[in-house]
Amino acid sequence: MSQIPNDLKFATSHEWVRIEGDVAVVGVSDHAQEEMTDVVFVELPEVGRTVAAGEAVAVVECVKAASDIYSPVSGEIVDANGALEGDPSLINSEPYAGGWIYKIKLSDPSEADAMMDASAYAGHIGQ
Amino acid sequence: MQDEVKQTPLRAQHEAIGARMMAFAGWNMPVQYRGIREEHEAVRTRVGIFDISHMGQFFVEGPAVGQWLDTVLTNHANALEPGRGQYTLMCNEKGGVIDDLIIYRTSADAFFLVVNASMIDTDLQWLQQHCPQDITLRDESVNWAGMAVQGPESAALYAKLFDGTEPPARNGIAEITSDGDTCLVCRTGYTGEDGFEFFCPAASGGKWWQCFLDGGAEPCGLGARDTLRLEASYPLNGNDLSPERTPIEAGLKFAVKFDKGDFIGRDVLAEQVENGPAVRLAGFKMTGKTAPPRAHYPVLHQGEVVGEIASGTLSPTLGEGIGMGYLPTALAAPGTPLEIDVRGRRFPAETVKKPFYKRGS
Repeated sequence: MSQIPNDLKFATSHEWVRIEGDVAVVGVSDHAQEEMTDVVFVELPEVGRTVAAGEAVAVVECVKAASDIYSPVSGEIVDANGALEGDPSLINSEPYAGGWIYKIKLSDPSEADAMMDASAYAGHIGQ
Repeated sequence: MQDEVKQTPLRAQHEAIGARMMAFAGWNMPVQYRGIREEHEAVRTRVGIFDISHMGQFFVEGPAVGQWLDTVLTNHANALEPGRGQYTLMCNEKGGVIDDLIIYRTSADAFFLVVNASMIDTDLQWLQQHCPQDITLRDESVNWAGMAVQGPESAALYAKLFDGTEPPARNGIAEITSDGDTCLVCRTGYTGEDGFEFFCPAASGGKWWQCFLDGGAEPCGLGARDTLRLEASYPLNGNDLSPERTPIEAGLKFAVKFDKGDFIGRDVLAEQVENGPAVRLAGFKMTGKTAPPRAHYPVLHQGEVVGEIASGTLSPTLGEGIGMGYLPTALAAPGTPLEIDVRGRRFPAETVKKPFYKRGS
């Protein structure tokens, strides 16, 4: 059983967001990291870039394949987790904490409201 | 025929231990169980087992069968003593690779061939097309389950399961009878470690798989099989070999013998040996911390695209990005600076001598 914290919102493509004021912290779910296993490289988004919801913003690479990370929300990237450059496996070990990928200043907070809550996401991954 | 996904006789065993399955060469195969790195390490340091039931098994028999195989394969089949095997290639008239395979002489007038899963139909057609009337060629691929048991502890595991006996000598084959099954054991592999391949009747596959697991072999998927073979610089047909590339270009001259008489593709290969091939399959390493190199990424030298990656991965043993690609011969020598284009970003790399990993190093 993968972990699904109650205070997060989830996208169908397995990204999570944590709302902190007008900023969202974004990462990938425990389920997603289990599926990928052995993350070996993370290509982080550029700080200052403006993105639309659904846009590919980062790439998480495991040994076997590269996976695009799609921003679930629109806005401006205000921070990227540099720690992942030194230790990409943080995505595996702490998907909801040290494995966060970027922070984005929300341009439309209603987008996050429309995302799945923990129980809906549990249903989405058949758990 | 191509549309239906084929199932290995070991499917239930894979699913029971939570394998992640994926389509490979038309087969539903396990890509990993616990993780590629862990499985990779099991083979480098202990013993792992791979399901290779997708691979093809042909039996070829008849008078002068060795001489005939020598006309359709590049290595010297007829030089093999019974019980011995060799790596060889099947080429087209242009010297391009149809398939790479391992052949074993099982008696004076019989050979056992192990071919790539994706090439079973193509190889069979090609061989039938060139086969004289007095030679019989049987595709028995569906009748056999196959397992590759690989790693430094593989021979000890074999001894434990088969009354203290040793597997056949390197590149050898032996027929054994155990628990009512007639099985073929080949001392070969695709990982760069000691090991053997074990072929048994398909219906007994699950039993033998479990037997090796109970004996201590760790289940390994195609993901680890790929990282292991690439560290050892073994080519993968479809990635590193193709009908447009020759064994000479691929650096497989050791498996091409010219002193045995004529064979399909000989003229082109002889010319390339004489004058040197225009391109070579070069090995390269990423020189910094980078994204893993992957197949089809462009390879640049001094700002110009000079080729693309044929196979690439992050080497679990070395912790570095490694790969192979066809480059103009002048650039293929070790020490040539390269750049790899990863989604529009360029990362530094350098050609190196193959293999990337050698047992005992």
